[in-house]
Amino acid sequence: MSDKTSLVPSENVRSGNPLQPVKVRASTIDNMISVLIYALFALFALICVYPFYSILINTISANDLSARGDVIFFPQKIHFQNYFDVFKIPGLWHAAMISLGRTLIGTTLTVGASAFLGYMFTQEDMWRRRFWYRFTIITMYFNAGIIPWYLTMRSLHLTNNFLAYILPTIVAPFFIILVKTFVESTPKELQQSASIDGAGTMTIFFKIMLPICKPILATVAIFSAVDQWNAFQDTLLLVTDSKLYSLQFILYNYINQASSLSTMVNLQNAGSTAMASLATKQTTTSIRMTVTIIVVAPILLIYPLFQRFL
Amino acid sequence: MSIRKFLYILPFMILLATFAYYPLYGWVYAFFDYTPPIPLSKSPFVGLKWFHSLVENQVKIDQLLQVIKNTFGMSGLLLLFSWLPMIFAIFLNEIKAVRFRKFVQTVTTLPNFISWVLVYSLAFSMFSSEGIVNGLLKQWGFIDSPVLFLQDSDHVWLTMWMWATWKTLGWSAILYIAAITGIDDSLYEAARVDGATRMQSIRHVTLPSLLPTYFVLLMLQLASFLNNGLEQYFVFQNSFNKDTIQVLDLYVYNLAMGGGSYSVSVAISMLKSLISVVLLFSINGLSKLVRGESIV
Repeated sequence: MSDKTSLVPSENVRSGNPLQPVKVRASTIDNMISVLIYALFALFALICVYPFYSILINTISANDLSARGDVIFFPQKIHFQNYFDVFKIPGLWHAAMISLGRTLIGTTLTVGASAFLGYMFTQEDMWRRRFWYRFTIITMYFNAGIIPWYLTMRSLHLTNNFLAYILPTIVAPFFIILVKTFVESTPKELQQSASIDGAGTMTIFFKIMLPICKPILATVAIFSAVDQWNAFQDTLLLVTDSKLYSLQFILYNYINQASSLSTMVNLQNAGSTAMASLATKQTTTSIRMTVTIIVVAPILLIYPLFQRFL
Repeated sequence: MSIRKFLYILPFMILLATFAYYPLYGWVYAFFDYTPPIPLSKSPFVGLKWFHSLVENQVKIDQLLQVIKNTFGMSGLLLLFSWLPMIFAIFLNEIKAVRFRKFVQTVTTLPNFISWVLVYSLAFSMFSSEGIVNGLLKQWGFIDSPVLFLQDSDHVWLTMWMWATWKTLGWSAILYIAAITGIDDSLYEAARVDGATRMQSIRHVTLPSLLPTYFVLLMLQLASFLNNGLEQYFVFQNSFNKDTIQVLDLYVYNLAMGGGSYSVSVAISMLKSLISVVLLFSINGLSKLVRGESIV
């Protein structure tokens, strides 16, 4: 029972084998319930997936049709000009690089630190291990609030600083719990025999624990990458310099001011002769939707990897 | 006792101390009359002035009450429907077509992985005045002028609950699905031998097995009752729904970043954190008392 009540998704989450259905002779009421269940789940699945689908087909349909709201179930007059056009918006490429950069660097460091701390917190002879473990975990439940946090970051000169995206995320209590639980489930003899063979703490960590922990570290990596990619609040609070804007922040701005952007892109394109047909002329809607797809795409690409953990 | 092993983790503990514990020092701003850019050292000490100011006149009391009402309303709705993921998992498990079940599970977890900004962008595309829903309604002749879903201020609690549910329902169900996998098959066999119908075996076997998980999650949710978070409400707020969408976290943010009243907002955020900790520990104590195990 104890691991069922635990909040940490253990191996259970990954095994995902649904329970063998119990064979009960189906009565009419049972059948009706079945139909109802199927219908409700189908409906909810549709509600979950349709917004993504709808935006996607709108970005590749003729912009005049999509602006009128005519594209509902299928794309019409398919074209991909929108995707070339939005990258002409000044700052978008840069924001993409910032998002990508913070995701790659942040994830690497978080995974490394979680692995190391998760392993170190299993070392029973560490000085005051239980205290430091609690010191780490309790931050999951308690924080000073965003304004004191903001004032701290400002006093550390971490406003308008790329490091602000990275440093606070390195020590992540939840991921540390995940790794620690995993390490505790591996046989102790592994570490003991290595230590008898003369391996030190670090050697055991790099040579033995890291390779063993690969599955859990993959989980941590995916979660932390999604967190980094999705982060919005830190940009909102700490960044005023447009050079450090992330894609999420840019998207938020675009939703509020897309009309001026579409004018700008259309003006830029007006010089080239091939442009300005109604179907590819940028509208407020087309810009906003296209950027949405660009921001959501990495999540959709990484999503199949999640399936392994479901 | 190995001090050396501690020294290995010391750099990380310093990081943690800097970003999780040092901000607590920021609480002193609540006791000073701080207006940037004048540094704190030159700001006058005002004692509890800001705490008093929260309740000094009717207007401020009303405003704070409204914010607290919103916080309770929206947290309360989430709490009221906190059993939804459990029911979702139970009924999903009843689906015998494996492919369909897998499909539903996959698709419904997807929204959990996108940010609130993206959720807002989807919401905007669907429900803004030129969005798809309004387009459809107009096409079908239901309405003449667009319905302003996003500017609506009367049903904000409900719509915020709906978006939160849309985003997290499928994902939250996973924990329960895992728990169902762990239920001993012989329990179902025994129920069947006793002539239980499908609904009866759900009621007498599945549900009781999931309740411990449910209670732990419920208590954690209770403990973070005041912490609705900022992002969801920030992206959905506009000048029309501002009064009914402001939860404590958003109110604190708007006060400081919008109005520059750092000291007041620190005072509120300090009170909020303190109440949250008291809540957490009392619920933890309650859990120990009632169920014999602590949750923290």
